Amino acid sequence: MNTKDALINYCLRLADNSMIAGQRLAEWNSCGPYLEEDIALSNMALDFFGQAETMYEYASQLINNQKTADDLAFRRSEREYFNCLLAEQPNGDFAYTMMKQFLFSTYLKYMYETLSSSNDETLKGFAERSLKEVKYHFRHSSEWIIRFGNGTEESLKRAQFALDELWRFTDDLFCMNATDEELISTGITVSSDSIAAKWNLTVKEILQAAHLTIPEKFNVITGGYSGIHSEHLGHLLCEMQYLQRAYPDAKW
Amino acid sequence: MTEEEKRIQFQQRIDAGEKIEPLDWMPDDYKQTLFRQISQHAHSEIIGMQPEGNWLLRAPSLRAKKILMAKIQDEAGHGLYLYSAAETFGIDRSEMIAMLHSGKAKYSSIFNYPALTWADMGAIGWLVDGAAIVNQTMLAKCSYGPYARAMVRICKEEGFHQRQGYEIIAKMASGTPAQKEMAQDALNRWWEPSLMMFGPHDADSPHTQNSMKWKIKVESNDTLRQRFIDRTVEQAHHIGLTIPDKNLKYNKETMHWEISPINWDEFWNVVKGNGPCNHQRLNHHKKYHQEGQWVRDCARAFEEKQMKESNAVKSN
Repeated sequence: MNTKDALINYCLRLADNSMIAGQRLAEWNSCGPYLEEDIALSNMALDFFGQAETMYEYASQLINNQKTADDLAFRRSEREYFNCLLAEQPNGDFAYTMMKQFLFSTYLKYMYETLSSSNDETLKGFAERSLKEVKYHFRHSSEWIIRFGNGTEESLKRAQFALDELWRFTDDLFCMNATDEELISTGITVSSDSIAAKWNLTVKEILQAAHLTIPEKFNVITGGYSGIHSEHLGHLLCEMQYLQRAYPDAKW
Repeated sequence: MTEEEKRIQFQQRIDAGEKIEPLDWMPDDYKQTLFRQISQHAHSEIIGMQPEGNWLLRAPSLRAKKILMAKIQDEAGHGLYLYSAAETFGIDRSEMIAMLHSGKAKYSSIFNYPALTWADMGAIGWLVDGAAIVNQTMLAKCSYGPYARAMVRICKEEGFHQRQGYEIIAKMASGTPAQKEMAQDALNRWWEPSLMMFGPHDADSPHTQNSMKWKIKVESNDTLRQRFIDRTVEQAHHIGLTIPDKNLKYNKETMHWEISPINWDEFWNVVKGNGPCNHQRLNHHKKYHQEGQWVRDCARAFEEKQMKESNAVKSN
């Protein structure tokens, strides 16, 4: 794989991660446990849509504008999407969503931190801006995890269930493929091993404070960055891409 | 001072254009009218998130999605300010939500219509927010301080909502034949309900007289409705859409657009709970309020534990 192709693929991965996470959070619109939380969730969804747009635009530039940012978001199929599996998992209850959000935003925090020293200026700028946003997402979700663990019996039970279900998708966050190999060799990104180490420390610390137990890894599922997804993604895309697909000649 | 003297003094303050603040003396019926109106307004913002939420996940471009998300978020924020303004009467938000669920408190009937196509996102912004701005610009001059101040903030954001709605509908009206058809269809469905948003004719509006005397309202329903009609007819013509009213005509003498009689039976029918989405909207709110109960319980239990711990540290 040449550097340019790898970079395009990497931008799509970053964009898809944010787009899908944003779409899932947007599902909470008018369904939050109270109004302030509804606002917080839509705030985070907006951050994600902004991040996705920036990366789709960069990818569009890299392919000489043969496709627009909207084409990339709304006209690619499930096997052409490169987001991690965690982001596409259905929301479940509030504990499930927050657990997903916690595991994911901890990852994004360290990933953007690392990417802030990329030798690609656009990625560097993007990571620096996005880091500010995901730091807030991390704070928001980790505080909820601690509240669940120290709140009521029911909240603890729900959080533990979420962790048991979602843990299987966490290895996928750190998977590397030919894209990563090429970009590591050119200094655009670094190996995800260092990100995984930091992620592990922080996640364990918060889960411990929440009296939650990490399940044994009996069932590890990976493949998102290579376009092998769970069945859920196709349904999400059906809904998200409906208008662009149904009216291909229309401008909105 | 007797009750009557207090009333006279209160009216003098209103007539002098003073703002009434939460700790000031006010007649019970002034209080009740305002509480009813502000809490209904708050509920309307919150229930109003649903028809737009219906298209959030299907918004057709990154830009449209971001704008719609921001707009819905603004509405949640407006709900927050308005609940706070209503709480100045000593009734808290959870009680107001209970009133909404029991049917004792209402919300704007406009949200009991379904948002069927993407063009409805345009029509809601253009017509529903457009009507709301006309009403709210007037309410920003209201005699009750907390309500008037909330309205000033809200009006700034509503202006943006109305423009984004008009942009959606204008784009579709000049788009493909299918888009143009959707735009006209949305206007056809939302036109009359949006006229009804201003409430019954002045002669049939039982609250108008008192509300005007107290400067809760400073202009009548019919005056506001006419302002909206004049503005909107021109905007529709500008983008090549037809107002769905065969009797629409411009009166050169009054310089106003005249319309057919409004179907008030339909209005009262929807107010009474028989609109296409009354049941759906309220059930949605109840369902997610109930589902969030354990989260609120958890947050409360956690806070209590924290308080206990910090008290224990202090007493040591």
